Amino acid sequence: MTTAAQHQRYREGDVAVRQAAQRWHGLQSVDTARLLLCGSTGILVVGCVPTLVDIGQSSQAAIAFGLFIAFGELLRLSLPGGREAAPIAMTAALALAMSLSIAPVHHPHGHPPSLLPITPPQVVAVAALGMALGALPHIAAGRPAGVTGMSARLVSVALVAVIFRPLASMIWVPHRWYITLAVMAALATFAWLLETVIIAVIRAEDLRARYSVTLADELRVQWRLGLAVGISAIITVFGATVMGLDELAVFAGPLFVIQLAFRRYAGIRATYLQTVRALAQVTEVAGYVDTGHSRRVSKIALAVGRELGMSERELLKLEYAALMHDIGQLSLVDPIPAGATVDLDPARTRSIAEFGAEVIGQTGVLDEVATIVRFQWLPYRGTPVTPPLASKIIRVVNAFDDQVAGSADRDRIAAAIASIRAGTEYEYDPDVASALATVTNRLPVSRL
Amino acid sequence: MGRLSLGSWLYLAVIVAAASVIIAVAPTNTADQNWWARYAVLAILFLICDSTPTTLAARQSAWSPSSAASLAAVVLLHGGVGAAMVGASAVLTLRRRVPIYERLFNGAMYAVAGYAAGVAYLVVSKKPHPFMPPLLHVMDIGSTKFEALLWPFAVAALVHVLVNHGLLWGMLLLDQRSRAAIRRGESPAALPLLLAYDIGFAGFGLVIAALWPVMHYFAAAIVLVPLYVARWAMGQFADQQRAHAATLAALCQAVETKDFYTRGHSDRVSRGAGMIGRQIKMPPSRIEAVRFAGMLHDVGKLGVPTKVLQKDGALTEEEYAAIQLHPMRGLEMVGEIGFLNEALTGIMHHHERMDGRGYPMGFAGDEIPVFAKIIAVADAFDSMTSTRSYRKARSIDEGVAELRKSAGSQFDPKIVDAFISALDREEWKGQEPAQPREYEILTSQDHDDPISPLRVVESR
Repeated sequence: MTTAAQHQRYREGDVAVRQAAQRWHGLQSVDTARLLLCGSTGILVVGCVPTLVDIGQSSQAAIAFGLFIAFGELLRLSLPGGREAAPIAMTAALALAMSLSIAPVHHPHGHPPSLLPITPPQVVAVAALGMALGALPHIAAGRPAGVTGMSARLVSVALVAVIFRPLASMIWVPHRWYITLAVMAALATFAWLLETVIIAVIRAEDLRARYSVTLADELRVQWRLGLAVGISAIITVFGATVMGLDELAVFAGPLFVIQLAFRRYAGIRATYLQTVRALAQVTEVAGYVDTGHSRRVSKIALAVGRELGMSERELLKLEYAALMHDIGQLSLVDPIPAGATVDLDPARTRSIAEFGAEVIGQTGVLDEVATIVRFQWLPYRGTPVTPPLASKIIRVVNAFDDQVAGSADRDRIAAAIASIRAGTEYEYDPDVASALATVTNRLPVSRL
Repeated sequence: MGRLSLGSWLYLAVIVAAASVIIAVAPTNTADQNWWARYAVLAILFLICDSTPTTLAARQSAWSPSSAASLAAVVLLHGGVGAAMVGASAVLTLRRRVPIYERLFNGAMYAVAGYAAGVAYLVVSKKPHPFMPPLLHVMDIGSTKFEALLWPFAVAALVHVLVNHGLLWGMLLLDQRSRAAIRRGESPAALPLLLAYDIGFAGFGLVIAALWPVMHYFAAAIVLVPLYVARWAMGQFADQQRAHAATLAALCQAVETKDFYTRGHSDRVSRGAGMIGRQIKMPPSRIEAVRFAGMLHDVGKLGVPTKVLQKDGALTEEEYAAIQLHPMRGLEMVGEIGFLNEALTGIMHHHERMDGRGYPMGFAGDEIPVFAKIIAVADAFDSMTSTRSYRKARSIDEGVAELRKSAGSQFDPKIVDAFISALDREEWKGQEPAQPREYEILTSQDHDDPISPLRVVESR
């Protein structure tokens, strides 16, 4: 008895030590890119702020743009996939970096005002101060400061300013506005690409996903907003040559509404996911499956899918399917003991899967999710139908969780992995099985 | 053509006549050579926007940012006549299957709104002849002080929004079919949001005007880019909302598959709750919420063992207690769904009684949340008017009589009255007659049925 308890305690201690080591290792590797980005941006800002001393003539414009950037940073936008963007702040900062002339409040007829005299370091300083000001309320409210996002935006803006400020006086001729516009469009595209690449590097490390996949996801998710930001910045610049700084106030309305549309979209996406998550638990509360099973399967399946290089769009379908993979058990009169479908005979697993797919198919909008759920019972080989990758993942992860049930016990996990590996001849896809082994080896299941 | 009432035909005729007068007397002797070219570009911009509308939310009428073009015309075409002509191009909209009277109405409505905005603009900027300005004016943007345009433009935008929505609502109230649509909550329910979008996008009008001196016609093209990005996000919102509602409904149906006779019950309770909500004039957002509550009210039955639900004969006290637990079970299941908020109170308390003898909390009178009172009535009514294995369905009249009898003791009389009035106005779609298939589960008692309450044996 005593030795068993001691052994147990020893094992627990061992797990704790290993977890701590992993966390430390994680800190070291995960945050290199982030530290590098934020550190260099910090140094850049510190170097730029003193240049504000001789801002002189441009002080009014600097204050107006700075406040606009702060406003945009305050209205940060959460996008699907745990992203954060500040489109209004980015619009204003790009517009400042590419500013031409600002019509003065009362300028005499026939004398177009000259270029706004602002240097690239001053642009960086104004943008940085504006962003910091806008971030303060977030910090005060206990939300993350979003230093990484701000740094990525700032680096892009700095590069645009460095390229555009010297060019501006050369290319800006009012009746050749299209040349200026073309240069601006190119620079705005460049800024967007740069920001996206930076964010993708950081996300790839955070999510432990493949970089190429993350970049493709990021480009796909962000291109519309990026397009709107770039064109809005150009509109702001040209509008200000006629309207002066009032342009910022006038254009704030449309920008706000565009952002509102995105916010509503992101909100309903989040609600949708929340609803599916909650309803997936219906089978748990009803006693059909073990508590937390759906959520664990979806978490592990996501990690495995990422390891296998699935794109975000596919991952979302995988997540929905994993959450609802047991919904078909509702057709059973009474719960299967312990809810473990892994030991059932194939005909019953099949009918449960098909009933689940039927339920999901009835939504009329989740057909692909229904397909994934329908084929989750299929062995990966030896049948006329090849199941989709997501189905194979759910099959493997479901079998894994039926054996491990959320336990952090390394031996139990190793035994489950071994039994899955033993079935890779016919039952379980070997690639999925080794991805699962990698994923579970990396972190305890509870921290995936 | 007989689809409009006489009143709405008259209304349409008056607005079309007003628009025709405004446009017919438009002076054409313009000294500004580019007036017609500018008009053409803005009319095309208007048409592009108007032809590609998007829905702001599921089950709502479409919206487009076309009024930005009218408002740009107020500045660029100097006053109301040009804006009226731009608005009138709505007649030519490329949307398909728009009946002729709707085209006429939209064109005339936008023309009148544009003209009103133009008049307001000229009045506020203290220009002579605000009602019929001479078009001799060569556009002077770029040389005038632009900030002088700010306030006149803001007033013009406000007038445009007010006239536009005022005329539209006038038509909706006169037209029988659309009045029914408003009642069902399928028309501009989210008016505040519509107004926010309209006022927000009005700024684009002035932005187009400001860009014009620099990039001329291209000004109209460049603003289309952010407009279309916004349109995409709005459309996505409506799609996702629809998908969300469909998913919720499908999963609720899945819950019901356990029992043949209660199939469709959640859906009907949800509709009944919506009817009551409209009758007692709840705001649209709460109607939506009470419908969700109706949809999910019995989800907790999943947590009750099937053998208890199916039991033929008197229940033991333990079994009865298991059934009484279902509202709490339901709360446990859907409590994490953030948007449900008030709906959760409906799910939890839908078996409370006015006399305090209900469950789970034994609340009485006004302690019971209004959502729960509503669902209790719709729930009991649907149960009574549906077939059960132990009895045939009662008629609607019998159900109503039974509700009246229990009003005060079991149900809130105000809610019962509201439901009965709503039944007079709207048709009640009851259970579809069908025979259970062989393998289907049949329950022999219904906990919702006030006519034959559950039989419980006293264990002591």
